[in-house]
Amino acid sequence: MPVLVNLPTVLRSHAGGAKTVSAEGSTVGEVLTALVGEYPGLAGQVINGDGSLHKFVNVYLNDDDVRYLSALDTPVTDSDELSILPAVAGGAVADATAGDRAVPPGVPRSR
Amino acid sequence: MLLLLRPVHDQMVAHCLKGLPEEACGLLGGRLETGEAVTCYPTRNVAASATLYTVDPKEHLRADRDAEAAGNSIIGVFHSHTHTEAYPSPTDVAQAPDPSWHYVLVSLRDVQPVMRSYRIVEGVITEEPIRLESQ
Repeated sequence: MPVLVNLPTVLRSHAGGAKTVSAEGSTVGEVLTALVGEYPGLAGQVINGDGSLHKFVNVYLNDDDVRYLSALDTPVTDSDELSILPAVAGGAVADATAGDRAVPPGVPRSR
Repeated sequence: MLLLLRPVHDQMVAHCLKGLPEEACGLLGGRLETGEAVTCYPTRNVAASATLYTVDPKEHLRADRDAEAAGNSIIGVFHSHTHTEAYPSPTDVAQAPDPSWHYVLVSLRDVQPVMRSYRIVEGVITEEPIRLESQ
């Protein structure tokens, strides 16, 4: 079933400038895989080569961060809406582990 | 150039001071075409650190929806450096999420807060002027 997916400005150019697109799937992972199939420019920006969720994006099912649900296995229906936003992080210190902090503390890593 | 409404500027500085001793962060809503920031969205720093920040993802979603509903976009992010100058760190550059955004740094190192704005495109940092607008 088609699910609406809201794209952040940084990814819209890979989807012909569209703000919202639709993709088929019954889980978050299936929808995102279909999305990348439709718009290959999104490959590596949303999900990794091994199918896991990219560390520097946050994906929401309606109002909830999917990392707090069942991540890519979270079921979706055609009344749901997915939103993708960049993880926004940084800081004063050049820390080799800083990238990991883009994932909020306590959230299981998706890979 | 970043055009900043005076109240937006004041809210950014107040949020950064309130966040001490940790880094504070937030998002700017406005118009990408003109570089005009009209709304400040202070957000929680979920990294809760004096040297790192991560914008609360749920607050980011709320800010994004609010900006879109007003016909605007999120056009940038601001955060404080508590003990260093207002210049993007390698971490800031490596994690800059969007080349169309404005990256505002507020240094709290000195007596007076220092605010500077940058574009970060493919790892290249370019400072841009900030113009304050009264409304």
